[in-house]
Amino acid sequence: MDLKTRAFRKGAATAIADPVVQRNMQGLYDNFHKGRERAGDATPGWEGLRDRARAVKAHTVEHLDHYLDMAASNVEKAGGKVFFAEDAASATRYVLDLAEARGVRTVIKSKSMISEEMGLNGHLERAGIEPVETDLGEYLIQLRGETPYHIIAPAVHLSQDQVSDLLQEELGGPRYEHAEELTAAARAELRGKFIEADMGITGANFLVAETGTLVLVTNEGNGRMCTSMPRVHVAIMGMEKVVPSIEDMGMFLRLLIRSATGQRLSSYVTMVNGPRRGDDVDGPEEFHLVIVDNGRSKMLADPEMREALYCIRCGACLNACPVYRKVGGHSYGWVYSGPIGAVVSPILTNLPDAKDLPNASSLCGACREACPVRIDIPRMLLHLRSDLAEGGRHSGARRASPVEWLMMKAWRLTVGRPSMLRLASRLGRAVQKPLAKDGRLRSLPPPLSGWTRHRTFPTIASRSFRERWEEGVRDE
Amino acid sequence: MKASLFVTCVVDQFYPEIGESTVRVLRRLGVDVDFPAGQTCCGQPAFNSGFRSDAKPLARRFLDTFEDAEAVVVPSGSCTAMVRAFYPELFHDDPALAARVDAVAGKTFELTEFIVDVLGVTQLPKSSGAPKRSVTYHEGCHLRREIGVTTQPRALIETASGVELVEMEQAEVCCGFGGTFAVKYADISGAMLADKVRSVEATGADAVVSCDSTCLMQIGGGLEKQGMAARPLHVAQLLDEATA
Repeated sequence: MDLKTRAFRKGAATAIADPVVQRNMQGLYDNFHKGRERAGDATPGWEGLRDRARAVKAHTVEHLDHYLDMAASNVEKAGGKVFFAEDAASATRYVLDLAEARGVRTVIKSKSMISEEMGLNGHLERAGIEPVETDLGEYLIQLRGETPYHIIAPAVHLSQDQVSDLLQEELGGPRYEHAEELTAAARAELRGKFIEADMGITGANFLVAETGTLVLVTNEGNGRMCTSMPRVHVAIMGMEKVVPSIEDMGMFLRLLIRSATGQRLSSYVTMVNGPRRGDDVDGPEEFHLVIVDNGRSKMLADPEMREALYCIRCGACLNACPVYRKVGGHSYGWVYSGPIGAVVSPILTNLPDAKDLPNASSLCGACREACPVRIDIPRMLLHLRSDLAEGGRHSGARRASPVEWLMMKAWRLTVGRPSMLRLASRLGRAVQKPLAKDGRLRSLPPPLSGWTRHRTFPTIASRSFRERWEEGVRDE
Repeated sequence: MKASLFVTCVVDQFYPEIGESTVRVLRRLGVDVDFPAGQTCCGQPAFNSGFRSDAKPLARRFLDTFEDAEAVVVPSGSCTAMVRAFYPELFHDDPALAARVDAVAGKTFELTEFIVDVLGVTQLPKSSGAPKRSVTYHEGCHLRREIGVTTQPRALIETASGVELVEMEQAEVCCGFGGTFAVKYADISGAMLADKVRSVEATGADAVVSCDSTCLMQIGGGLEKQGMAARPLHVAQLLDEATA
């Protein structure tokens, strides 16, 4: 997928100025975020469940090679083929070669974030193969030529009006106004694609190592159709999606689904063990599993960033994030958005090109509070900021701008000693005098002009607390 | 009991009256307050911006200044969080300093946390002269999520003389301050602030109370810019009024 992380500020400004986007983003808080809180509160032992899931994820990631080997060998035992792809290009090559070898013309896809990393739809189209997204939201954004706005709600930025226009333009026929009619129109169109497709491509919510079972969670049943109707099923997953045991699924499904939508269970949970066997009445003739690294080894190798691999892609941190709810999903400029995108995208792509992602955060911690596996995203954002400011594993050289560097040194000098603070304070009081009115600064020059665009700024007090303490507060 | 006040650089320079209120409230509760003169800033602006080598000397100064204190009281959840949550991160590769951090962090408290958890006071002395106020409460992010203080401020506000607490919608959502974030990403921060200002106004309260002067700088500055009626009020000032 094209990297647009450098355009963060522009994307943010566009989203903030769009009332439809702003209304829909608030809906994420009111519906998904509050729904998750209610679902958690209603689940006995919820906090313990989160602790246990985090521990299982931590254990699995520490022994990732072991569990991936186990998973691969069990998938093969069940009759599947496994391909380990070092990067997006080799994963794409595998899928294209397979499609060509099997004479595939139409591919139906169930929602998969990793296929976005690969830019798979574009590659399929260029190879003369028609990819059709079958998750309703993904279908809509495919028609618009966009990328997902949200990990689980890819078209959350669109209004019903926009969807009405889009489907009328795309499918012809009447302009539908109601969600039920719109869904029915898309469903009728997609039904034909399900029937004619030669290959189904899905992601993976989990891969169970001890059984080689692929687990898919959907609300529309499209995932199950993609795994069972076409001749060939290809599942593509990031290498962190493996979990040790089928017994872990009870825990992870409870956490994933409640954290994602606030539901107790999604409409469909599909478990796939290999292709159709001799006496099966349906299922694909072939099952291929593509396990993709594509930069995840960099996270694995860095103890500071490793826990980003615990992510189960529920989207709870996006719904919880007040910055995401303002800047929207496209501003983040790559596949993953919101808090988890701000830590994952810079590592999977290139941190110096994605400086805004770790920096555009108030570090409020709502993401960690919401995360079902308690990923400490603020700590990782701080780590990336330090990597950028002072140089480190992911930035190489120091990337702080000279202005910022200079301001930081000046600040350090100012607050370094009480005597310097007194001096700076006196200087500040003199400088602010002509600018202040009624004890407020209402318009400051750059770089502080942004502040006064939205707020007034207080003036430095005529007597600081330390002066007042010396002058009498001490002895009151 | 003795306690050392870490007044924070923002209160020292911009809001000294909050520091004075803090001292008065603590004294009324029988605390012997001192103000170590060597203090400056906890170092959070540098740490949050990634300049850890610039934050370290400030953190060391804090440790030197407060090492011998019986307890350190801070009228800020965020600066308390810097000491308790971020100093360990800052010095995680330096065992000698990490041990010193542990010792100081263990006795550093945000003001309402100190009053409720350390002094064991949940009911402040009543005052008949306290002004009647309707207030709403904004939860500081670091206060809530880095040091886990949620009930203490509310307990004190709810039982303070003359005060009626009206909870706002989304009280736990960030006001958009975030230190240098509010300047570097002023318009994103401003959009977050606009929501907070709406939430405050919707309560009809005449003041928005918080445990952090920086949240109040943001929210108060936004209220004023938009010509709203509600005013920012630090929890120390509210408690000072209510016990006068």
